[in-house]
Amino acid sequence: MDRDKLAVLAISESGFIFDPVTGHSYTANSTGLRILELLKDGKDMEGVKSAMADEYEAGEDELSVDINDFIENLKKYFLL
Amino acid sequence: MKKEYVKPYIKKQTAGVMNKFGVTYNKGHREEIEGVPVAQITDKFGSPVFVLSEKIIRERYRTIYSYFSSKYPKAKMSWSYKTNYLDAVCSVLHQEGETAEVVSDFEYQKARRLGVPGNKIIYNGPYKPLESIVTALKEGAMVNLDNFDEIIKAEEAAKSLGKKFPVGIRVTMDTGVYPQWSRFGFVIENGNAFNAVKRIQHSDYLRLEGIHCHIGTFMLEPNAYKEAVKKVVQLMRKIEKEFEISVSYLDFGGGFPSRNKLKGTYLPPEVSVQPVENFIDAVADTLMEELEPKEYPEVYLETGRAIVDEAGWLITTVDAVKRLPDGTKSYIIDAGVNLLYTSAWYNYHVEIDREIRGAYENSIIYGPLCMNIDVVVESAFLPPLPKGTRLILSPMGAYNMTQWMQFIRYRPAVAMIMTDRSVEQIRRPETLQDIVGPESVPAKLKKFNFKE
Repeated sequence: MDRDKLAVLAISESGFIFDPVTGHSYTANSTGLRILELLKDGKDMEGVKSAMADEYEAGEDELSVDINDFIENLKKYFLL
Repeated sequence: MKKEYVKPYIKKQTAGVMNKFGVTYNKGHREEIEGVPVAQITDKFGSPVFVLSEKIIRERYRTIYSYFSSKYPKAKMSWSYKTNYLDAVCSVLHQEGETAEVVSDFEYQKARRLGVPGNKIIYNGPYKPLESIVTALKEGAMVNLDNFDEIIKAEEAAKSLGKKFPVGIRVTMDTGVYPQWSRFGFVIENGNAFNAVKRIQHSDYLRLEGIHCHIGTFMLEPNAYKEAVKKVVQLMRKIEKEFEISVSYLDFGGGFPSRNKLKGTYLPPEVSVQPVENFIDAVADTLMEELEPKEYPEVYLETGRAIVDEAGWLITTVDAVKRLPDGTKSYIIDAGVNLLYTSAWYNYHVEIDREIRGAYENSIIYGPLCMNIDVVVESAFLPPLPKGTRLILSPMGAYNMTQWMQFIRYRPAVAMIMTDRSVEQIRRPETLQDIVGPESVPAKLKKFNFKE
């Protein structure tokens, strides 16, 4: 997973995300922000899932599907 | 303590994309249909399941008939079997007083089997086998003939019964709408319809009793019915004068729209589809303008979709969630286009059975068939749906339960919510035996030789 693009993102606590390289901006909700943080910290899929499972009331199956979907979205936006 | 989980989202901000119209979408959810919990229906009948409401069918019929009969003294309505010929649906409408309008020998037999007498059946359609015309004439049905070959066929049928029978003709005309439905019946403008009447009146076995037309389907313009009434009444006058007969019925068919959203229409159906009363006004007001009281014939409407479409739903279940390569969210549900013939031209209203928090996005809903064309809803604005979410699609009551096909999967149960809110199964789910029953395998094909 190439995280160079994630590393340069300016992420505010309110969910506003700015990419200084492309000039594009994004919004994310709190769980989206948390996944971004975990990815930026170098966690892999399993690591993200495990951290999210510790923090949120969600089953592992649901987290797997949702994290996978979130990562697909990041790829769509060329952020990964 | 763990935090509440909301499905994650990230969305790119775009500027300069504007829409002239604000559209509404359902941000709520639907836990019940006509007072019955969705979960109670699926627990009993499984998923997917079609659901019909007896109450709404009756109410829609009564609204239309009472309005029509308040405006025209000899108003009649006949239930269009092809729209939904499930026995229970037909029975509700026959209880209300509608006769049966059928377009094939199969539908004729179905109506008779249900207990509808021959003289309460209108037999339309462009193809009527000889034997079916014999039966229909013998049993007193109103037979509307479509073409010259059919006149000859009806004459042969009447001759075999040894007496003269009343028949109707189907006519077609330009009512100002495009595309014109020109394939059903005899053309009025070029004299074809008049010649057909001439042919009938010269027969020893047939006499003209009525005129039928069906100008189109899902008509959005009531003025087309005004034109139809004017042209049919003119034809009736000409026929009555020329042959010194009295035409006893006119039948303006169906074609009134429901509040379904046609693909390619920009506005929501609440805006683009006029109320059914406007269509009845077009028919009844024009009749009253064109006719003298002494000549009022019986006038039939064969409204199907406008009665039953909004009385039907499909409950279906999300089985999988997928992100397509272009980033579009997609869902796979357990009901496909084999059950939903009308998905080819409608964008269904999609509701969910529970509150789901998260960002809404345009999503595609695919069916379960191993076919690329199995797209049930091309674009629905939905929150992130977990597997197992029930979707309630509507309106569903018209044409799906007649045009559905057994393909790849079985056809599901159909349930009816009765007026007392009890729920009855009116068609059980198909079984393997229903499908293989008519098949047979030649003896030489019965032994298999699988390679090791």
